[in-house]
Amino acid sequence: MKVVVTSTGESLDSEIDPRFGRAAFFVLIDTETGEHRAVSNEVGREAGHGAGIQSAETVSGLGANMVLTGECGPKAEEALKRAGIPVRTKIQGCVADAVNALKTEISVGR
Amino acid sequence: MRELVVLSGKGGTGKTSLTASFAFLSGRAVMADTDVDGSNLPLLFDVSVRRRESFYSGEIACVTDDLCVGCGRCESVCRFGAVHREGDRPRPKYKVDPLACEGCGFCYEVCPSKAVKLQERLTGEWFEFETRAGPLVHARLAPSGENSGKLVGLVKREARRIAKERNLDLVLVDGPPGIGCPVIASLGGVSGALFVAEPTVSGLHDFERAANLTAHFGIGSMICVNRWDLNPSLTERLEERARSLDVHPVGRVRYDRSVTQAQREGRSVVERESPAAADIRNLWKNLEL
Amino acid sequence: MGDIPSRSIVIASGKGGTGKTTVAVSLALTAPGPIRFLDCDVEEPNAHLFLKPKIDRSTLVTVPVPVIDAGRCRSCGHCASICRFSGIVMLAGKPQVFPELCKGCGGCSWACPEGAIREADRAVGVVEEGLAGRIEFVAGKINVAETSSPRVIRAVRRSPSGRPWTLIDAPPGTACPMMAAVHGADLVLLVTEPTPFGLNDLKLAVSSLSHLGLQFGVVINRFEGEDCRIHDYCEKGNIRIFAEIPEDRKVAEVYSRGDNIVDTLPVVRDIFIALWGEIQEAMNRSDGLRMDGRSCSS
Repeated sequence: MKVVVTSTGESLDSEIDPRFGRAAFFVLIDTETGEHRAVSNEVGREAGHGAGIQSAETVSGLGANMVLTGECGPKAEEALKRAGIPVRTKIQGCVADAVNALKTEISVGR
Repeated sequence: MRELVVLSGKGGTGKTSLTASFAFLSGRAVMADTDVDGSNLPLLFDVSVRRRESFYSGEIACVTDDLCVGCGRCESVCRFGAVHREGDRPRPKYKVDPLACEGCGFCYEVCPSKAVKLQERLTGEWFEFETRAGPLVHARLAPSGENSGKLVGLVKREARRIAKERNLDLVLVDGPPGIGCPVIASLGGVSGALFVAEPTVSGLHDFERAANLTAHFGIGSMICVNRWDLNPSLTERLEERARSLDVHPVGRVRYDRSVTQAQREGRSVVERESPAAADIRNLWKNLEL
Repeated sequence: MGDIPSRSIVIASGKGGTGKTTVAVSLALTAPGPIRFLDCDVEEPNAHLFLKPKIDRSTLVTVPVPVIDAGRCRSCGHCASICRFSGIVMLAGKPQVFPELCKGCGGCSWACPEGAIREADRAVGVVEEGLAGRIEFVAGKINVAETSSPRVIRAVRRSPSGRPWTLIDAPPGTACPMMAAVHGADLVLLVTEPTPFGLNDLKLAVSSLSHLGLQFGVVINRFEGEDCRIHDYCEKGNIRIFAEIPEDRKVAEVYSRGDNIVDTLPVVRDIFIALWGEIQEAMNRSDGLRMDGRSCSS
């Protein structure tokens, strides 16, 4: 699956950005191939009230199947719901840790 | 790092005076003055300017005279009354009123001669100050600046950045009055809100509307009653109403002329002993910050 | 509708809590003739607490927001790309409307090549009308978490007046909401207090008003007789002081109960009657100036 993690930096070692709408970067990771890339969230950071919605539009455009982040405002939550993208909040640590934890969960759960 | 926003709904209840006193008592806080439409925190300290920046956000439409062919399509589509016709010879010219323009871009889309341009709107100016109670981030709206809350967001972000840089663990946000965009923006990411209310029928009414707002955003809130002895029975009613809205009373400050005196002397109330200062110290203790 | 020209006086203040509503309400209760009172502090309207009107009419204030006809929509994305406020965005390949962010500009319905967008009204506030004794009372109230104060204020101001005097209680501050309330006023009275905060915000208010070319003056509230900073500032700027209201704990107590100071404190009542004298004199004078063709400023 394609996971998006909100990040303060562009690498897998970067610390997770606790905010979704105003996150500095979105790191998109393909959990199967391990490929990843970072996308700057200038649009979300620049936006007025629509930050969360703009960010949802961005991650939806990236083809994300899931979002991992710290906290997500009500508008962002609504937008991700409409986009059919589940979101997990209260995630901490660095990007790589979060993705690994998710991968473990997937392999154990299924 | 914790972030406390001091709110009131109603203006003039003592938010700024209390925020300044808290910063002084904490010694480990960064102040964020988000009342960008008339902020007063800097007046209580001898500030020295560390940084000063302009802030642009949103857009304003602007008509380039030479390219305008006078068709008037811009005026016909504008729903905000921001486009006006000026003069008739040799042909009508159109001008955008920056105070009324919302930056929607409709005029820009319909202009046949590309005379309408969308420009970054100068929203305001922000400052990083040093004060004897710690760093203070302060901002001021420009005349045609829209108070959407973006400038408020910037002030808070800068305050957090400074707190992180200097290992300070508290951001004290002096909140804007009302319940509009700027207040909503001041609530983003806070650990809690402290309402400052006065025991008046207006104060009770306005507190309720503002408490509705924090409840809407799920923010844990407290209340302190300022000038409580002007109406003790209304103070009780206010605290009771607060409890029913899940807002916890954490203290009371009495009516005391020394509060205004402190303001006139350019200092926070707690920097000198007075009955109000003692009340504020107690209140600070109850906040457990 | 108003065939009688109505003189409008707006009570404003750079700073909240200086006594704007108290002054507006007190003027309403001591008016020399029939008046219409507009409470334009739509975020925190308070005048009704003191004037105690009987509301008999309520009108919604609305914003036209887009509704997409899924049958006609081809998901081309034109609507989302024209919207600058995230009112419409593309999610999972389809346009999604977020009405709370929509400013009602109409660009999206114009941009849609399939004619798939129509507009529906969304309520953002309410205008209530009624009588408070013989005062015609109108108040605007914006819904909690809404962001379009000026729109609600304009709705209040649009209500027609057949009365010779219109008193407007403006929202505090100097930004868009205040601008919407003072628009086209015959006289603006700025209420302030003789403190550093009061003076600071008065200067901001004066600066905003001077861009608009409106006649204005100052009312000093909570004057203790010692701090003359407001007087000095007004003298330097050639700004007329219309009245001074003394600092008095009794005033604060009466206000706290929701009672009217002009009803309970005769000294204060006299101050407001005198203030009306000043207002009428200023209006007559500016009429005279207007007839001479000269510009009028305070």
